[in-house]
Amino acid sequence: MIRFDSVSKAYPGTTRPALNTVSLEILKGEFVFLVGASGSGKSSFLRLILKEETPTKGEIHVLGQHLNSLSNRKVPYFRRNLGVVFQDFRLLPNKTVADNVAFTLQVIGKSRGFIQEAVPDALKMVGLAGKSNRFPHELSGGEQQRVAIARAVVNKPAILLADEPTGNLDPATSAGIMTLLERINLGGTTVLMATHDAGIVDQMQRRVIELISGQIVRDERQGGYQTQAIPVQGFGSFGAAADVSEVSK
Amino acid sequence: MRLGLILGEAGSGLRRNVSMVISVILVTFISLTFVGAAILLQMQIGQMKGYWYDRAQVAVYLCTDVDNTGNCTQAAATQEQIDNVEAQLNSPTLAPFIEKYEFETHDQAFANFQVQFADNPIAAFVTPGDLNESFRVNLVDPTNADVLIESLSGAAGVQDVQDQRGLLDQIFAILNAASYTAIGVAALMLVAAVLLIATTIRLSAFSRRRELGIMRLVGASNRFIQTPFILEGVFASLIGSLMAGGAILAIVQFFVQGYLSRTLGSTTTLVGVNDALVVVPVLIVVGAALAAASAGVAISRYLKV
Repeated sequence: MIRFDSVSKAYPGTTRPALNTVSLEILKGEFVFLVGASGSGKSSFLRLILKEETPTKGEIHVLGQHLNSLSNRKVPYFRRNLGVVFQDFRLLPNKTVADNVAFTLQVIGKSRGFIQEAVPDALKMVGLAGKSNRFPHELSGGEQQRVAIARAVVNKPAILLADEPTGNLDPATSAGIMTLLERINLGGTTVLMATHDAGIVDQMQRRVIELISGQIVRDERQGGYQTQAIPVQGFGSFGAAADVSEVSK
Repeated sequence: MRLGLILGEAGSGLRRNVSMVISVILVTFISLTFVGAAILLQMQIGQMKGYWYDRAQVAVYLCTDVDNTGNCTQAAATQEQIDNVEAQLNSPTLAPFIEKYEFETHDQAFANFQVQFADNPIAAFVTPGDLNESFRVNLVDPTNADVLIESLSGAAGVQDVQDQRGLLDQIFAILNAASYTAIGVAALMLVAAVLLIATTIRLSAFSRRRELGIMRLVGASNRFIQTPFILEGVFASLIGSLMAGGAILAIVQFFVQGYLSRTLGSTTTLVGVNDALVVVPVLIVVGAALAAASAGVAISRYLKV
């Protein structure tokens, strides 16, 4: 589904690469946490998947597309298969909740009939069925993030990327958002979430990829936010992961 | 549905940037009016050339008692010399080039002079004898005047052979200079218009950067993203072009056909509304194409993936 082969990304004018020889594979239907300090390369990782950046070295395959050689003209069509959620929601303030979600479908040329069906479905799924005519500023942070999630999944993407989606939310609201993301994951969507929220990662017990200074230092099945285990590099050996996560709790 | 959405986006962009859009309209209007005026001036020159060159004659001036220029030695051309020149005009070498010729006597020249210089004090001092007798030659092809000049300049009793087109060329040179000036001003104004359109579109894109960011994120095609902006630029400059077209029509109708043709009378032909109607589509196409190009370039920065 997502495959990185020795991917490095160095931004111009910097000596230290944002990502350094990263190799990994994320399979269909996985729920993956991407953890690491600020500047460890999480956002670069997500931007590479979106092809907002191109890697300096290495190969990236997403959804069967070789991103290195994907032409600029085809990038928009590729992105229609991805949903993205941000920490700051990025809703359009002058559009209602329903219009925000519908906007996504309008700009990729979906028919009016499709939009009329898909938008209420998506809003119902995130639990905002009754608030479709509100404006973003009339909603709480958690509700705004739900709108953003509805917008991200309304086109039924194969992959959902979430860049610290709970970063602005209190723990209770965050838990609600996580339940929602889990439900989306159960529907078959691959979810990749960058986060700093230790509680959430520990509680969910999903695959955890930890980045330090652009390198993968840990890749655990059912991991926690931190671990005392010897870091596992690369992909393939997750043997001790389950035990380790118990310890870290 | 998509068309409606694109038009709606373009419309909201225009509303948001009213002051910039108005300045685009005005600058396009002025610059294209200059372009139109330059084209009309060229058309006018073309028409005048056509009109006057057909009427332009080659004048073969004969000596008078007071001349000592050319082949003259302060003696009037004798009848023999005059017959000689006329024989040359009728000769097989020159005849094919000549459509017709007339002989202008001292008295006829005097009569014409009195009419042309009626308001001038000099008319009172001139006697018929001071004015040259001349052959007025109309050529089949006015550009062949050199043939006549070469063969007759050396003839005895001929003071000068003058191609009247030479006089006209000076007038055309002035008109040409005027039209090049108009083109120069127009070019500068068009540069300003193009830059202004680009700035307007950038401004408009900046004020919609949230929408643009989301469009790019969810995979709206580049064409979908850029079309509203290009339409915005084209629409603004189209209004300017139409105003310029209207101005050109008005200038021709009220200034050229109204004022100028009344003042100049029937001495020359002037460009008419039909000519102006040819210029208007040119202005509109130029305006729209320039706007589309500059808006397209301006927005391309926002399309980089």
